[in-house]
Amino acid sequence: MPEKLTSRNLLNQLQTRHYTNAYAAKIKGQLVGWATSIFPQEFCETMDLTVVYPENHAAAVAAKRGALPLLEQAESEGYSMDLCSYARINLAYMKSQAAEIPIPLPDFILCCNNICNTLIKWYENIAAELNIPMILIDVPYNHGYEPTPAAIDYIKSEFGECIRQLEKITGRPFNHEGFRKVMILSNENSRAWKRVLDLNQAVPAPLNGFELFNYMSQMVCARGRQETGELLKLLIEELEEKIKLGKSCYEDGEKCRVMWDGIACWPHIKHNFKAFAKNGINIVCSSYPEAWVLLYEPGNLDELAKVYSMIGNNTCMEYQADKREREVKNFKLDGILFHVNRSCKVMDFMQYEQQRLVAARTGVSIMNFDGDQADPRNFAAAQFETRLEALKEIVAHHKSAKKSKEVTNNDPA
Amino acid sequence: MITAGVDIGSTSSKVVVLAEGEKILNKVIIPVGAGSSGPARAFEQSIREVNLSREDIKRVIATGYGRNTFTGADQQITEITCHARGVYELVPGVKTIIDIGGQDAKAIGIGKGGTVSNLIMNDKCAAGTGRFLEVMSRILEINIEDLADLAALAKNEISISNTCTVFAESEVISQLSTGTSREDVAAGIVQSVVGRVAGLVKRIGVQCEVVMTGGVCLNWMIIKVMEKELAVPVIASPMAQLTGALGAALLAFESAS
Ligand code: SF4
Repeated sequence: MPEKLTSRNLLNQLQTRHYTNAYAAKIKGQLVGWATSIFPQEFCETMDLTVVYPENHAAAVAAKRGALPLLEQAESEGYSMDLCSYARINLAYMKSQAAEIPIPLPDFILCCNNICNTLIKWYENIAAELNIPMILIDVPYNHGYEPTPAAIDYIKSEFGECIRQLEKITGRPFNHEGFRKVMILSNENSRAWKRVLDLNQAVPAPLNGFELFNYMSQMVCARGRQETGELLKLLIEELEEKIKLGKSCYEDGEKCRVMWDGIACWPHIKHNFKAFAKNGINIVCSSYPEAWVLLYEPGNLDELAKVYSMIGNNTCMEYQADKREREVKNFKLDGILFHVNRSCKVMDFMQYEQQRLVAARTGVSIMNFDGDQADPRNFAAAQFETRLEALKEIVAHHKSAKKSKEVTNNDPA
Repeated sequence: MITAGVDIGSTSSKVVVLAEGEKILNKVIIPVGAGSSGPARAFEQSIREVNLSREDIKRVIATGYGRNTFTGADQQITEITCHARGVYELVPGVKTIIDIGGQDAKAIGIGKGGTVSNLIMNDKCAAGTGRFLEVMSRILEINIEDLADLAALAKNEISISNTCTVFAESEVISQLSTGTSREDVAAGIVQSVVGRVAGLVKRIGVQCEVVMTGGVCLNWMIIKVMEKELAVPVIASPMAQLTGALGAALLAFESAS
């Protein structure tokens, strides 16, 4: 009897296929693009273009412990160690193509700076080195709670320009009916992804955060595709079944529920997972996978512009604090672990104030650790373990203090 | 009931043996830490000196960076919780703890009953830690304990602009080679550490009583400069580097009772 297909197997198949298909397309002489991780994929999906995502690729390389040679190569070519490690890995890969998981070199670049401005220079550099066209969707930072009407108009005008450039690059007209269909499908997938994330509000949570990071890669690479919907449907069924059975993702149960704030620490992901599991701490939610929930009314370009503008890093303090506050409540969090990520300055700069705001509003326990999303050199296991254990101890104290207060309050004497 | 706390830091091992959670039977400090024979020797010495054997000790808690490698313990608890418990015992009014350890510096906010309500640790590097002081004392060719007395004689304290320990090391060497006095350099070193750590304390909010623990609190100059920087009195923990081990022994007593 054939083994039942699990969502984990399907994810592996889809991710492998994503990279092999890209290579096959290149060999067949088709155009291949490189895109930033939260580029409005609706446009290239409509044109049925093959696109790979260097940030996702760099993360996969780092998780397979292949980052160091590429980082050293980039540094020997003159790129500063202070530069984002995803950028260093990718800029080195562009030259040497030396990685266990290969991706084809691009024929065009799709760049949207809705997560940081490092991306612009990084991708401009690729476009210049390889002498290929680059489409830029420049998204202004949201100093207010939402994008201004002027910002929306500006982004929409860039959408128009993006379509014109894509038509020029491919020599084919943009299919507006197809565009609508892609938007509908992308929203269905985003809704399903949100459902996956929300199912982890259950106590105990059915999924651990490290698995969330893995499933997330499908939303990065193919959130406008049919097969992503199939994967998410299967995953939702599995999670609902686990919830029905009251099953925790840890055998010994879930002792502490936390949010992982920031990007995963890919080179040390196995170590991180073990340290969490050993302490019975579960990452039930994270700001990271949540970034790929992109919901809007299909066909409404104002909303499309708005949703791509309101990505975590591109939003103001208040908006981010409100979001975290909601998550602390909805996911019944005991604590938040902030990854102070040497690579991602834009994220780090906001973290301290976020910590202060969220702790003041919710009383949730907060801890930091130093790391890097893809540079294995910027992480100390002992420091990480101490901070994780300290978080667990603080949470345990708070819980027992709360319990004894409840007992005192209920004591009829 | 007899319990023990073993605090294994990066440069020293400390043990406190406690009777009934109240009376200190023995305390031992050995100047070698995690990864050496220090922790086992310190523990062995601490019980032997008071004619006890391992069987007499009801519960042992290990803390500090080397806590997970000490096989003689019944439980491991981080130094954060142990310092908080130890200081709370010694100074019950404590609201803020400053702990400058060998590898990191911490500011700990203390809530009701001596529990940790808030915690901030240094980021990224050794600046503001005991290691920084150690490296600098070596350049000045003095024992770390003598740094305070030397700094007190400064006439024109220098400012050390590098936070990175390695860069600060070359900055200090170049200051010395251009004729800056050792006293002025020593005062600059103290100011540099205090400046970094005071930043952490201010982030969690300075609340009295402020208590400093760990070996660094024996440096009276650091306490004095810290008081100036925070504009509040700073109390040196009466048990200095033994505070964490005391906390561990107390927690061992409480969990075994
Ligand atoms: S990790 Fe941060 S700096 Fe690097 S590309 Fe992503 S958002 Fe930009």
